[in-house]
Amino acid sequence: MATSHTTEAVNLPSAVQERQRRARFRRNMFYLALIVIGLVAPFVAYPVFLMKILCFALFACAFNLLLGYAGLLSFGHAAFLATGGYVTGYLLASYPGLTPELGILAGTAMATLLGVLFGVLSIRRQGIYFAMVTLALAQLMFFVFVQSSFTGGEDGLHGVPRGSLFGVIDLSSNLAMYYFVFAVFVFGFAVIQRAVHSPFGQVLKAIRENEPRAISLGYNVDAYKLLAFVLSAALAGLAGSTKTVVFQLASLTDAHWHMSGEVILMTLLGGVGTLLGPLMGAGLVVSLQHLLAQSPLGNWVSVILGIIFVVCVLSFRSGIIGELSKMYRKNFK
Amino acid sequence: MTMIFGVPMAVFMGQLTLGLVNGAFYALLSLGLAVIFGLLKIVNFAHGAQYMLGAFAALLGFRYLGINYWLALILVPLVVGGFGMLMERFLLRRIAHLDHLYGLLLTFGLALIFEGTLINFFGVSGARYATPEILQGGLNLGFMFLPTYRAWVLVAALAMCLFTWFMIERTRLGAYLRAGTENSQLMQAFGVNVPLLITLTYGFGVGLAAFAGVLAAPLYPVSPTMGSSLLIVVFAVVVIGGMGSILGAILTGLGMGIIEGLTKVYYPEASNTVIFLVMILVLMLRPAGLFGKEA
Repeated sequence: MATSHTTEAVNLPSAVQERQRRARFRRNMFYLALIVIGLVAPFVAYPVFLMKILCFALFACAFNLLLGYAGLLSFGHAAFLATGGYVTGYLLASYPGLTPELGILAGTAMATLLGVLFGVLSIRRQGIYFAMVTLALAQLMFFVFVQSSFTGGEDGLHGVPRGSLFGVIDLSSNLAMYYFVFAVFVFGFAVIQRAVHSPFGQVLKAIRENEPRAISLGYNVDAYKLLAFVLSAALAGLAGSTKTVVFQLASLTDAHWHMSGEVILMTLLGGVGTLLGPLMGAGLVVSLQHLLAQSPLGNWVSVILGIIFVVCVLSFRSGIIGELSKMYRKNFK
Repeated sequence: MTMIFGVPMAVFMGQLTLGLVNGAFYALLSLGLAVIFGLLKIVNFAHGAQYMLGAFAALLGFRYLGINYWLALILVPLVVGGFGMLMERFLLRRIAHLDHLYGLLLTFGLALIFEGTLINFFGVSGARYATPEILQGGLNLGFMFLPTYRAWVLVAALAMCLFTWFMIERTRLGAYLRAGTENSQLMQAFGVNVPLLITLTYGFGVGLAAFAGVLAAPLYPVSPTMGSSLLIVVFAVVVIGGMGSILGAILTGLGMGIIEGLTKVYYPEASNTVIFLVMILVLMLRPAGLFGKEA
């Protein structure tokens, strides 16, 4: 009796461990498959197009970290994308000796700094006020970019040199550039994946589900929110910086509130709070914009995005990945 | 010539009037947002688009149906407000039970649709709407020149604000609305038709935006994008004032308009951003907003 009890006590956790180990293995294999697809992709599709998707996917993943895991709807993420882009663009264009990775680091650092400022201010209000505060702060940045001289005002920055990575690898070829962007994306994605599955991510989810309870459990909710906000801002800035190097320009489009709306749409369409949703959503939205731009419907892009928004909110709130995983759970578990 | 802090009196007063007129629009729009928020608990992101629809309805009504300004001032808010009621009945109601952030996202999508559609038909450059004849010209007050139309906008907007205040604070319908804001489930249990009340409230808020749009039509170029940039400023005004009280919304709106006007006189570079800077200051010192009850 006593022995069977002990064996059970020993066996049960090991069975759980076994299942967890298998799940982790499956997940790792899945990520490995994705990486292989990412490595082969430039031979199948146009690299510049893929780079655009990857930059926006990183942007959307960063946004999703905040909305999907901390439950904070930021309507001002364009500010971080644009700050990263402008700082990197300005530095690379004015100091020819600067290597692109240093330019990107500087842009990301500025976006992080801005994230600290915005974060400290905006987490003082919750829910819809948080959305309005971030929107207003981003609009403030928009006017700052319009009026500053280093951004080139209405014209933006053009002809930013791609340069050589670490001074060694020439990025002017699209293939080399693609692999760099891919590496940046994988890095950003890994950071988010790590954050979400860490104790930090669990506390964020607890705050999202029930903030008063998280406070009563003794968590410093504001510190967690701020950290999530800054991390999200930093990665959005990284996306903007990388985008500037790829396209060799930075413009006001990135700072406009439409951009903050687009990233929300990408995340919503792919699936809020899912790791792969933003990637999927970014791919779909960028492809759609690309297709529409060449079709007679070219002028209707924002109307069509608006319609997708409305349809998503009305009947598709878990997004594509969310709905798929719901279906998977229903049928296979 | 009289000077005020190194600026000619006429210039100072001129900018002050401009600021007050802008402030009147901030007040009208933030009032509409507050009324809608009170009962529906959503931020109406389509508010700017609805304001723009009001201005366009006035413009197109005049162009194709010969509806004059005064008639438009009455008809347009009713038509656009009715359109808003349809939006509430068939779209917003379906997500009313969900997190209120979805309401924000839905109205944002609708704003994109309205704006994008009108851009396709009318472009982004603004059209002019003629000022009605009796309101043309201006008054010379001795110390300044006051354009009649701007004076009229101030009077009309303030009258509308007072009317709204009266409706909500002094009528039976308003009492229902205030009670619904506190606890709409209890209201329904008492036999009040809350869904109808919600539809009417949304329609009223949208009507206020459309009214502001008609008032704005002779003043600013009528363009599809006229609402969105204004709305973001109004959001900042709402964050500054809080959506708790009607008088708070009116006072904050006017106050921010004046501050913006004065900034144009003394430091024009910051005139676009000053309201956002005030918002930052308020967030640091009084996070709940000047008239807000809770964070």
